[in-house]
Amino acid sequence: MEKDDEGDAGTVRLKGDPTPCESHEPQASGEPHAPHEGREAARDPSGVYREVQRSAAFREVRGRYRGFAFPVTVAFLGWYLGYLVLATAAPQLMARPVAGAINVAMLLGLGQFATTFLLTWAYARHARLRRDPEALELRWAVALETQQGPARAGGRVPPMREEAR
Amino acid sequence: MTGTHQGLALGLFSVIVVVTLAISAWAGRVRRGSPEEFYAGGRMFSPMENGFAIAGDYMSAASFLGISGLIALYGYDGMLYSVGFLVAWLVVLFLVAELVRNCGRFTLADVLAARMGEPRVRTAAGISSVTVSVVYLVAQMVGAGSLMALLLGGTGGRARTWTVIGVGALMVLYVTLGGMRATTWIQIVKAVLLMGGTIALTTLVLIRFHGDISALLTTAADRSGHGRNFLAPGLKYGGDWTARLDFISLGLALVLGTAGLPHILSRFSTVPTARAARRSVVWSIGLIGGFYLMTIVLGFGAAAVLGTDAVRASSPSGNTAVPLLALDLGGGAGSTGGTILFAVVAAVAFATILAVVAGVTLASSASVAHDLYATLSRRTGRGARGEVAVARVAAVVTGAVAIGLGLLAQNLNVAFLVGLAFAVAASANLPVLLYALFWRRFTTRGAVWSVYGGLVPALALVVLSPVVSGGPGAVFPGLDFDLFPLENPGLVSVPLGFLAGWLGTLTSSEPADEAGHAEAEVRSLTGAGAA
Repeated sequence: MEKDDEGDAGTVRLKGDPTPCESHEPQASGEPHAPHEGREAARDPSGVYREVQRSAAFREVRGRYRGFAFPVTVAFLGWYLGYLVLATAAPQLMARPVAGAINVAMLLGLGQFATTFLLTWAYARHARLRRDPEALELRWAVALETQQGPARAGGRVPPMREEAR
Repeated sequence: MTGTHQGLALGLFSVIVVVTLAISAWAGRVRRGSPEEFYAGGRMFSPMENGFAIAGDYMSAASFLGISGLIALYGYDGMLYSVGFLVAWLVVLFLVAELVRNCGRFTLADVLAARMGEPRVRTAAGISSVTVSVVYLVAQMVGAGSLMALLLGGTGGRARTWTVIGVGALMVLYVTLGGMRATTWIQIVKAVLLMGGTIALTTLVLIRFHGDISALLTTAADRSGHGRNFLAPGLKYGGDWTARLDFISLGLALVLGTAGLPHILSRFSTVPTARAARRSVVWSIGLIGGFYLMTIVLGFGAAAVLGTDAVRASSPSGNTAVPLLALDLGGGAGSTGGTILFAVVAAVAFATILAVVAGVTLASSASVAHDLYATLSRRTGRGARGEVAVARVAAVVTGAVAIGLGLLAQNLNVAFLVGLAFAVAASANLPVLLYALFWRRFTTRGAVWSVYGGLVPALALVVLSPVVSGGPGAVFPGLDFDLFPLENPGLVSVPLGFLAGWLGTLTSSEPADEAGHAEAEVRSLTGAGAA
């Protein structure tokens, strides 16, 4: 599957490049950030990823992401579809005046805008505070174990670059 | 619309064409050749730049002129579009942007290949991406033709034809000369122009009503001829149950389709990290949300200032509501202010069309060269060298196809075509993308079934819909095979896409690739090994 990457010097794809993983994985448990479970998969070319996937640190990041994104997605999709159904099925209710020219329909429509802005802010804040630092640690752990190395990973995609902006 | 309008508007159009071509030439001068440069613009755009570019890619002339026009004609029902187009971005932000940045390289197929990697999956995703892009492109071309004909006064066929050909030639030039770098800067310039123009007009409307929104709405209701009903849903979509279901189908397609649009997905490859992708979406939600709020003011403003009858008299679809409003706010026909504002609005609409078609053409050529051609050339034993050259050729072919279809489809409704593109994206691209990102047991067969299981029903239902046959407004008015009552297939085809992916996975003979899933999941959430 990775053959399309031939000649793309700038691409980091681990799966089609078994050598670094195989030769360096036994050292994995010695790394400070390295997850400690799943060492039996060490002979597997993609062993590092499976190991990280089973680690408590990764499960924590995944749990925090899904714990926020999934319920909130269900909630806002439900709120949007409910709004659509109300607008098409109950126009009389929507037409009830609230204050001046403002009626229920206007309030609900502007409410959709307001919740979109609010959820955007909440998601960005949650990700920045609860997920980014841990995800970055894991990223370094994977980079070290697969010998992408700090030099390579740091040189290509400096994670700190954004902070300067 | 008099000769001075046209003269000034044409002058501004020329300025836009010169500036955008200069951007393309400048961008093409820098580092030619690598796919990283051509498809992703070097991956080093800042979140703010990419946020503006996403907004520029997304806010089409159909939104600027079409939604305001719908509100001017039908009041509240026009607003329902704005809401759907904005809420869709929460799907992109929560479920797609960061993970796609981490897993993907350029196209949708790259994300799927991160864990499935069979040529079949790449081909399927390539076919559906090209289909979505071409439908969306035709919608924009048809819109450009009728819009320019209206704005320039010449409603004849010749103005439309030359606009379609001219826009097609320009978009091919931008993409072949400057790739993603040029496209991105053109979109940024366009987003700034569009936001500037919209803010100026909104401010003028609010000044006219002394900042009193309630007075604006009341006047709009009075002058619409519908009274209070103008401010409540039901004027456009309140007919029989078919019409109401059709609207829910459209709403579903809008909110789920955005996250499956190839030209939106490819924008996340232009920033260095997932965090930057997230921050670009936050920027774009701010811009797009602000923009749609202002189109609501402009729509009700057009009804209040001009009156709904005057808007309808100028154009039955309402597309000229905003230009006419600009003319009035500037001081009326014949005044200097009116002439200038009118020309500015026309120029902004023109820039908008150019930026959107450039983005879609690039995404389409990336799918052809990176997914379809690359799969084919691997099978025949040739390398993937010269992929960028293929992408440039693909852009020319895409442009030619879009011009051809754009000329053939001149009489199709633009809103229908846009809704169709969103419905196909929501049915064929979104289910496979979400399954690949979140479902551990998802298999290659599931992926292939999911793409075709959404794509084929979406297209088939359109062919069987009243748009194609059975009525006076249909493509083939003489024939009658409209077995499916809805114009938008989303309500049926989106669930079918999800169902097909699920069934395909359950019936797979081989289990899911656990190692591939581990790699994809870890990469998607941590950014390890990201391109």
